[in-house]
Order: sequence, then structure tokens, then C-alpha cells
Amino acid sequence: MAQSICLIDTSKCMGCRGCQGACKQWNRLPAEDTTFVGTYENPPRFSADTFLRVAFREHSGNNGRVDWYMAKLGCMHCTDAACMQACPAGAIFRSDEGTVNIDEVKCIGCNYCVTACPFQVIGFDRLTNKARKCTFCLDRLENGLQPACAKVCPTDSIVFGDKRKLIARAMDRVDQLKAAGKTEARIYGLDEVDGTAMMYVLADKPEKYGLPEDPQVPMQTRIWNAIFKPLRILVVVAVAFGLWVNRSQTKTIEDAKSKNQAE
Amino acid sequence: MTNHWNDYQHSDVIMAIGGNTAENHPISMKWIEKARETRGAKLITVDPRYCRTAAVSDVYVPLRPGTNIAYLGGLINYILQNNRYHEEYVKHYTNASFLIDENYDFDAQTGLFTGAEDDPVRNATKYNMEDWQYQTDDDGEILKDPDLEDPNCAFQLLKKHFAPYSIENVSKMTGAPEDVLEESYELFSSTGEAAKAGNILYAMGITQFTHGAQNTRAIAIAQLLLGNMGIAGGGVNAQRGQSNVQGATDMAMLYHIIPGYNPTPQQTQPTLQDYLDATTPEDNWWSNRPKYIVSLLKAFYGDNATLANDYGYEWLPKLDGLDHSHIPAYKYMRDGEVEGLICVADNPLVGGSSSRAKMDYQKNLKWLVSIDVVENETAAFWKGPGMNPAEIDTEVFILPACAAYERDGEKANSGRWIQWQYKAQDPPGDAKSDLWIVNEMFKKLQALYEAEGGTVPEQITRMHWDYDDENGDIDIVKVCKEINGYNTVTGELVTNFVGLEDDGTTACGNWLYSGYYNNLENPACKRRIREKEGLGFHQEWAFAWPLNRRNVYNRASCDPEGKPWNPDAPVIWWDENEERWVGNDVPDIPGTWTLEQSTENPFIMLPEGVGRLYSIGYQGVGGLRCGPFPTHYEPADSPVPNLLYPNATYSPTSQRFYENHTVETDEERERYPYVATTYRLVEHYQSGSVTRNQPWLNEMMPEMFVEISEEHAEELGISNGDTVLIESLRLYNNGEQGHIEAKACVTKRIQPLMINGEKKHIVGMPFHWGFMGMSTGDSANDLTPSVGDPNTTIPEYKAFLCNIRRA
Repeated sequence: MAQSICLIDTSKCMGCRGCQGACKQWNRLPAEDTTFVGTYENPPRFSADTFLRVAFREHSGNNGRVDWYMAKLGCMHCTDAACMQACPAGAIFRSDEGTVNIDEVKCIGCNYCVTACPFQVIGFDRLTNKARKCTFCLDRLENGLQPACAKVCPTDSIVFGDKRKLIARAMDRVDQLKAAGKTEARIYGLDEVDGTAMMYVLADKPEKYGLPEDPQVPMQTRIWNAIFKPLRILVVVAVAFGLWVNRSQTKTIEDAKSKNQAE
Repeated sequence: MTNHWNDYQHSDVIMAIGGNTAENHPISMKWIEKARETRGAKLITVDPRYCRTAAVSDVYVPLRPGTNIAYLGGLINYILQNNRYHEEYVKHYTNASFLIDENYDFDAQTGLFTGAEDDPVRNATKYNMEDWQYQTDDDGEILKDPDLEDPNCAFQLLKKHFAPYSIENVSKMTGAPEDVLEESYELFSSTGEAAKAGNILYAMGITQFTHGAQNTRAIAIAQLLLGNMGIAGGGVNAQRGQSNVQGATDMAMLYHIIPGYNPTPQQTQPTLQDYLDATTPEDNWWSNRPKYIVSLLKAFYGDNATLANDYGYEWLPKLDGLDHSHIPAYKYMRDGEVEGLICVADNPLVGGSSSRAKMDYQKNLKWLVSIDVVENETAAFWKGPGMNPAEIDTEVFILPACAAYERDGEKANSGRWIQWQYKAQDPPGDAKSDLWIVNEMFKKLQALYEAEGGTVPEQITRMHWDYDDENGDIDIVKVCKEINGYNTVTGELVTNFVGLEDDGTTACGNWLYSGYYNNLENPACKRRIREKEGLGFHQEWAFAWPLNRRNVYNRASCDPEGKPWNPDAPVIWWDENEERWVGNDVPDIPGTWTLEQSTENPFIMLPEGVGRLYSIGYQGVGGLRCGPFPTHYEPADSPVPNLLYPNATYSPTSQRFYENHTVETDEERERYPYVATTYRLVEHYQSGSVTRNQPWLNEMMPEMFVEISEEHAEELGISNGDTVLIESLRLYNNGEQGHIEAKACVTKRIQPLMINGEKKHIVGMPFHWGFMGMSTGDSANDLTPSVGDPNTTIPEYKAFLCNIRRA
């Protein structure tokens, strides 16, 4: 697991979405065409063009009080990373910085990582047939910079730094929150999936932020990984062939469609 | 702001009222979080909605839009009834002890102060303020009761005035539960202890009411009572919601002031002496006004301004007694009295009140010039919804302006720091800086007036206008030098405003800014040195007006002996050995004064030298048209009668311009039963001209929406995300009801409030949308009334009545 991590303190997040914009900007991601569906949360899901979303969740709290929780969501960069195990092409790798990244050249577009991710944060680009997700701004890290989301956060709700120091800081903060009556406050990402490089201080239960209570690598991914790993090359060839066939068909259909439209 | 954003780190209790600081001033939360982490500070949010600031607050107080004075009056009453005020501070640093004319009174029956008269010009009430004055002895000295016991002293009158603002009554008016009110009052008034700092943050949710100025006064009174002015972590902090709106105000973008907060001359003041006599007090800082005015005139008219011609005072435009602010300007347009309009970075058809009606009024213009980054709704009104371009003769000129990052210049932030900003990139196409455009426009105008003459051409032809560089382009340094001030004989820049004279030997474009550009090598506004230790004042970072002072009124941060009330955050202090003020900030006291003089006059901008609990114009400085104390009046569009003063529902002095414009009958109250307010989102900015053309921001906030409670939605049969129609009296014309359209946001964050036993639904809307740009939608301001505060005529955007129905 990484020596440097991001600590996301949800109790300090006021939902300004500076991180969401910074992510789009640094990664040069196009805007999605969204509509207002009754919540501030938008876009509604992760995609190949959206690596980071800020959750806005309303809950009835104590004494008639409303709890309105906000949190930056995105790839957790797990130690026990389901996507890495699911990938048949060896396209998902752990960088020297400890982050989990997709090598788009190697990605064969099988979508397995997308379905395996317990946090459902991997997007799929149907145009290029590649899986895409948060890179932890690996290009910035390699140049001595912090991730764009941490850089832009005005309240230090997202901070980047030494893992040990940030874990200590997280523990102190959880104690503070508990003392202030937030009895469900906790660190999230310390033990979950053997630890994540995006670690959280949550002021309440994970599901109140849209995070799974107990994230797990899916059993089928583990079985797939254990049994087929020795045969990976074969699998890659088989899958690639299957996809090639699939794509040719899709292309034929699309060509036919556009021809139709043109007519 | 009296303090600065980063000064929030010294606060013990912070109250955000009428300002959604997390959402609209996100950087403020950095310092609030710091205060919470390092000092255990508490944050109270008072807002009709459970907004993003409320989400991170310790105490949330809901309140009905338009009842801020009820809430703040309750706070003042709580402080007084429970002896939570800072007694020594109140006795020494406020006018609590001043005796007021025995004829002064407030009549709860009529809801009026002494001296009420009809004002036929404004069709409202006005006050004869003769009986509001301080009692004086034969020498003109103000009479005082140091024990604060005389029934006519300001302190006792204050107590009496706010006695009806009990928690029970405040709860009935605002809808906030009594226990929540008490919790917030108890918490905030804990800062009445000498070493504690309480900080009140506000924005347009305080000012945009028919009683907006008195809302602000109520905040000031609470802060004076608690001894929170002048100290680190205290203050009355107006959070500016627009980059450089502070600078624009300092430079007199409002019609009633000229640069540096000097009043605009009136027709009744035909000579310079008349003007100075009416506006210059005998005592304290504004006694320097003649120096600032003469230097300003020298900056305006250069060599044409001489002692013999009153320094060109004659050429300054004079006010005719009529209101020339935003609302009446459009009314005059409706009546065909306005031929042309120049809009510089302004979009009144989205950002102005009753904006749909304004679209029609613009048809009466012969010409319209819009100087903006984009073609906004105001410029494109002729192709707006319901408009027929074939019938509109207005000639529209669009001058493309560059964005702030595409030109050099300076900005003043809320904390009064004037900071130089370097150009980051070239503007696209023909876009030019505002300064370039104004320079070219003025040069052409001057040439035209010189060639053709006109009405009072001297106003233009005698103007000193020399800002070109050798290539004929605008030279911004020339502008900076003039604002800073210079010696008219030697041409040398003045060090600061202390060097300004009233004999024509100095010129200065804005006395408050004097010192910000006092040398060419390293101008103060370009400095970027962080302090290594201290309170975060960063004295060598940029320049704060006045005189690089970071916390104004900082004399009041010390006790009468000159020792800091809070030794842990000392702003300044009296050095007994050196016999002068020293410390972390520039003392807000003339250097020549003794300790005693400073103790008697800690508020040097006021002629009486102390903070005003009771506020009247004194020696020509300050005072409000609507009374010496804030009083709860309902907003113009009100769902209920005034609980405290049943015969004065609305502010009797408020400015009304249109007939049948606000809800007055029971039938209308039934037609528009819901209490609405407007606000901004962090994702969009003002009228959205820029941000609604930014795809990433549109992705986050794609459409106009309206927030209603779950209970309300159920009553109306509305589901989350449904399209709904919203109506107000402003869209009711000739028996036909117009509406705006929005998506419903059904939320727990808005709750119906119990107002005097009756349930009232609250409705909230952002006002960012319009018909131009990449993300289009209806504008909430189509619904808002054009009624104004009696002092500022700011429209009442933040409280009005509406109806909602399914589309």
C-alpha cells in the first residue's frame, strides 16, 4: 500500500465541488449532458468522463435535525484491488506511488473491472472501448505535485501526505467527532479491502455517504483470478478475439444506423 | 468587512446570518474550520434553508425570510435582559451613556418614531429628526449619564425598544423553535466576556430587504454590546459575493457617493463651501474631508481646478433630490425619460428585481451599450421570450470585454486588501479591458464636446484625462498614481492620505486608497511577503485600506488603559515607555493622540468618537432615514400582520415605485400563499453570464430548480424532479397570471415554519438562470418585487410571496 495517501475528512466537506471541477480540468474530461433530477448530486454516476463525484445525501437526524452529508467519491486505490484481479489483460497495475492505474494501451475493453469494483467507480468509454477511472493524478505525483482534488480543497477536507501521519490525524479527528456527539464517526479505508490510498474520516455510517459498509472483492473475481491466472495469456487471446468479433458486429450495426439517419 | 477572512481563525463563536458562507465564500470555511479545530469555536447558521453552511454548523436556526430584525432584536434583548453585555466596553466605547432629547419616543401603537410626516414626493413616511438629537449643554457638549440609569440615556432607550423581542415573540415571528433560539442566543452572547470573540458574517440575506440597512444596524448593536468590535476574531463582516465589488463600492459605483465614501453633492449645495459645511464635522476623522474633496477635484480637473473656481466643484454633477438607483432608473426608462443605457458587466434582466417587466421597459431605449464578456440577457432583450424584434427600435452595441484574468489590474477583497493581479493570458479576438474601453470612449466624448459643445460641456471638456502611454494605449500605472495621490507641484507620489492638503497642492483619486501605490519600484499592492509569526495580519502582503490597517476600530480591542481585552490575541496595545500605540496592526488612532484622547474616541470615523447603539446623523455624519433603532417590520410581500406593531405592517419609510406591485389584500395572500427567498449556488455566479457558459459547471447544476419541503410537495402532489410553475404578483398583468418554470427539488432541508400558530410553507430558488448561454432557464428575479430600503433603495429580493403549481 502507498506511503502517501489522501485523507478525506467528510466532516469538513461543505460540498463546494472544487475537487469535482479540478478533476475534470486536470484530466481534460468533457462535461456530461445532465439534467436536474431533484438532488445537487450530478452527474448521477461515474463514467469514462467522470472520475470524481461529490455525494450529497440527506438524512433525518436526531431531534428533528437534518443531516446533509457531502463527500468526495471516486476510486479508492485499494490494496486488495478487485479491478486488478479481474483484469485478464494485465492492464491494471500498481504504480511506484502505490496507486492503482489502468494502462489504456493494454486495456482490451472487457468491462470485467467495471463490474468487479465494489465501489462502482470505474467508467467505460464505449467509443474507445477502454475502462477509465481516477488515476490519483499519477502524472502529478510523478512530478512532485499533489492530486488536483487535494490541491484545490479550501477546507483541507482532502489532504495528501504521509500515510502514517494522516492516519494519526484521522484518529484524532474521529475522537474529536465522537466527543462532539458523532457516535458513528470512524476511519474508513484503513482495514477495508486491506486498506485504501483514499482514506476517509466519516462522521457517520458509510452507507449514509453512499459507501458500502463492508466492501469486498466479489467471490467470482477471486475464483476467476485464482483459477484462470495461470492461463491468462490464453484467456486474453480468447477474450480479445471475442471482443473483436463483438466490436465488428457493433460497428456494422452502428454503420447501418448512421446510414439510416443520413437517409 | 471590519476584519478579514483569515481573522475568523480567532473567533470563539461565529454567526452566519443572511449569508451562506460555505456555499458562496468557500474559502471562509478554511478559517472557520481552523477556529473550530484550534479553539473549539462554534458556528451558528441562521437561514430559511438548511444550506451548505448549516450542514457544517453546530447550531442551525431556521427563520422565515424577512424576519432578521426579529431574530437579532431577540438577541439584543437577550443580551440586555441577562446582563450578557461587556459592561466596561459599552460604557466607554459606545454612546450608551448619551442623553437623548426628551421628546424622542417610539409608539408601538403606530409603529412609528417621533417626528413622522408624510413624504408626498416618495409617497411614504419620512421623519423630522429634530427630536432625535443628543441633549447638549450650553457649550454644545453632549450630556451623559455614566451610570446608564437615566431613562433618556441611549442604553435605557435601547432596553425599552427591544423589550418586546422576547424569545416567545421572536419564535412567533420567525418560526424558529424557542429552544433553538435560546440555544443560539446563549451561545453567541457568551462572547460578551472580555477575552471572547464573537463574529457575525452576513451577505445579501441581510441587506436585500426594505429594512436592509436596519438589519445591518442590528448586527452592529449586538456586536457593540458584546464588545466584539475592533478585536481579533470579532467584527461585522460583510462578505462580498463578487470579486472586486468592494473595490467598486470604494470607487463609488453607487450614485449617492463619490470616491472614498464621500456623499454626492446636492443641488442645494451650489458651492464647495456649502457642500463642506453640510458634510464636515468639527471632530474626528471626517474633519479632514476638505482635504480629500479638494484633492479629488484636483485629480478630476487637474490644472483647470483652481482656488478661484472652487476647484471645479461647479462641474460635479449634483443630485436633484430624486432617487437615481437601480429600481427608479428602470421606472424612468418605462416612462420614456431615459434615452440610452450603458451596462458594464451588469445583467439586470437576470440579476435585477422584477426582471421580466424590465425587459419591456428596455424597449423604450434608443440605444443600449453592453460591455461584457458574453452577450448576456440584457443585451439580447430584443430576442427574449415574448419579445417581437420587429417592434423594437433600440440600437444595441456590444463591446466585448476581456475577463479579469486577461488584463493587469488590482482588486480589493472583502477584507479591504488591494491586491495587484497580473494578466494571465491575452484576451480573445477584439476583447479589451474595461479600462481601455472607458479610456477610448471618454477621449471620443471629450473630442465631440469640444467640437460641438452641449449642455454643460465643461463637465467633460475640463476633465483632466491623460492616461495614454506613448502608443496611445491605456497606461494603467498613470491611473494608479492618480488614485494614490501626488503633489501637483512636484509630481511626487504622496506617502499616504496624511499628506493630502486642501489648498490644491495635492491630487488624489481616492483618499482611502492613498498609500497603495506610493512608489513605482515596489508598490504596496504588489507586495507578497507572508508574515512568519503573528495573528495573520500579513502587514507586508498587499495593502489594506485605510493606511494598511487590517482590523479597523482596533483601539477598541484594548481596555481604557490600553491593555488588550484578550492578551492571547493582542491586536495593538499602549506602550507605556514609548507612550504610543504599538502592536500587530496599524493603530486606528492618530499618532499624536494621548491615551486619554484615544479612550474617549475609539471610533474615530464618528464625530462623537464612540460606537452608536443609538444612531442618528450627527455633525453631518451617518444616520438612517428609518429611525435610530432597528424595528421589526414585515417585508413588503408579507403573509402575516406585524405581530409587534399591528398598525405598521410594512416599513413605513420604504421606497415604493409601482402600483399593485406587492401583496396587500387577503385575496392576494391566498393567491400567493408561500414565502419565498432567492440565493446563489457555488456552481454558478450571479446572473450566470459566465458560468452558464462553462460546461463543467452546467454539468453540476444543469437547470433552474425550486426547493420545497417534503410536506409541501405532498400537499401539492409534486414529486422530486417534476417540472413546476411558480407565480407571483409581479407576473400578474391585466388579469393574466404569468409564471416561471423550474424543476422541483423536494428536500428535508426546507421545513414549513409555524408563524404565530399558523403553518407557512417556505420556498427557495437560485436566481442564476436566464434565456441566453449554454444552460438556459427562467429567472427567479421575474418574481421579485421592486421595492426598496429607504436609505439604499436596494430591492427586496430575499423575501416575497409566491404560488407553486404542477406544470
